[in-house]
Amino acid sequence: MTSPLDLAQAHPRPAFTVTLDGRETEALPGQTVAAALWAAGVTSWRTTRGAGRPRGVFCGIGVCFDCLVTVNDRPNQRACLVPLQPGDAIRTQEGTGHDD
Amino acid sequence: MTDRPHLAVIGAGPAGLAATVAAAAHGVRVTLLDSAAAAGGQFYRQPAAELRARRPQALHHDWGTWERLRGGLDTHVKAGSVRHLTDHHVWFVERRADRFTVHALLGPEQEDPVAVHADAVLLATGGYEKVLPFPGWTLPGVLTAGGAQAMLKGALAVSGRTAVVAGTGPLLLPVATGLAAAGVEIAALVESADPKAFVRRSRALAAQPGKLAEGAGYAAQLLRRRVRTFTRHTVVEAHGTERLEAVTVAALDGAGRVRPGTGRRIPCDTLAVGHGMLPHTDLAETLGCRLDGMNVQVDGEQRTDVPGVWAAGETTGIGGSALALAEGHIAGRSAAARLAGHAPDPREWAAAAKSRNRLREFAAALDSVYAPPAHWTEQITDDTVVCRCEEVTGSAIREAVTELGAGDVRTVKLLTRAGMGWCQGRMCAPAVAGLAGCRLAPSRRPFARPVPLGVLAHEHTHPTERGSS
Repeated sequence: MTSPLDLAQAHPRPAFTVTLDGRETEALPGQTVAAALWAAGVTSWRTTRGAGRPRGVFCGIGVCFDCLVTVNDRPNQRACLVPLQPGDAIRTQEGTGHDD
Repeated sequence: MTDRPHLAVIGAGPAGLAATVAAAAHGVRVTLLDSAAAAGGQFYRQPAAELRARRPQALHHDWGTWERLRGGLDTHVKAGSVRHLTDHHVWFVERRADRFTVHALLGPEQEDPVAVHADAVLLATGGYEKVLPFPGWTLPGVLTAGGAQAMLKGALAVSGRTAVVAGTGPLLLPVATGLAAAGVEIAALVESADPKAFVRRSRALAAQPGKLAEGAGYAAQLLRRRVRTFTRHTVVEAHGTERLEAVTVAALDGAGRVRPGTGRRIPCDTLAVGHGMLPHTDLAETLGCRLDGMNVQVDGEQRTDVPGVWAAGETTGIGGSALALAEGHIAGRSAAARLAGHAPDPREWAAAAKSRNRLREFAAALDSVYAPPAHWTEQITDDTVVCRCEEVTGSAIREAVTELGAGDVRTVKLLTRAGMGWCQGRMCAPAVAGLAGCRLAPSRRPFARPVPLGVLAHEHTHPTERGSS
């Protein structure tokens, strides 16, 4: 099956390890948090403040703030904008992201 | 060098790049500020450099134009006439006497401030997608059509294996063909517009044969891939508990209402949905520029009614990349002449002006053809979340309108919190206006993006100045 990486003939350097809620997962250099999580089959990484419903990418361009996530203990990062670095710790953001 | 007039161009999409190259070629020093890590905007969004894509053109239409723009930018950057500031998220442009200060936050964290001073400002801030709510539209796996395209072009990422592309507008075709080329099975393309409407506007549309050929090319690709296309249909519900599992698609009647009994369920893990575009006008609004409806009003030279402020591209009205290029070119030429102290000769950009006229007519014709279903608000059930940030439902907004007498977006916001969250109403305002029975109006947000309080508190004491001339 074709993949977007094949289509664009991308040859990124080797993947590195990041964690999602403590579990190790791989990310490619240049990938945003959202792209790496999608590649790992994860589509949501936040629950809403009110109803506790799952959310993930919606606008994909930094306008809607639906994809907020906690990276290295910094809450409310837009997963569609923030590129990953080796060793980054991604945490599912619950509510405001500040421990209530 | 430094005594040359200095123009700040905000936005490095087609309009901003065309303007930058035109102004720099005519003796102006340009600082180009953009929020992304590389030039291109949404239309020419490039894969992250670290992904080392050898064939990014596989994701793009009209690659030759991009190469010319990028080549022009590179040449002027090397010559020192253009400074390209990436990862600069502009939140405010301040006008004092005849000087401007552009305030930005450095990305992607957007905590550290920076200020750029200029003699004139050219706004090429582009647009964003409008999505009208329906039950299930907040499920993970449902995203904007432009968002699906941005993730594909910029991150070389797709969210699943089977997608439905739905809504209305010229963006749906390239999104569907792009996802299909990247290996996603397109289970259906669902367009609410009526093909007969295209026939009625065939004269205006045929005046742009290049654009028609582009559309026909996408349609042929979909046919080759045997993508099921439903016109005069709409998505009435997205199903799933923790993530999207299927959508129900139904036919529309002549009045734009869902035909009872026509619903069919289509399994999918991704729904890319959009109902047109809206211009980003926040910076223009705080500068005091006059708006015409939702668009920044400009004259024949792309000047706003505020001296020293030009605007080009989607911010002056949604019309696509070719129109943005023509407007950007004219704006850059005009700014260069005016900053040099003389009135420009419009004959110098006659070709661009001619294509601007044609493309504006084409955009108006498209706008009359692509329309959401006339009765789309009927799809918003009482428990449909309308404001995604503040989780305000259809019933809460209807209560504000029918019980409490709210007749505009602002009053609904004060009564329900709809539009008070992180996105500041950018996502829900069209739906709230529809439910309140009023026209969508500009929001008059004081800042174009969230700003840390610390930045505001220190704004007058620690101005980080760059580019002062």
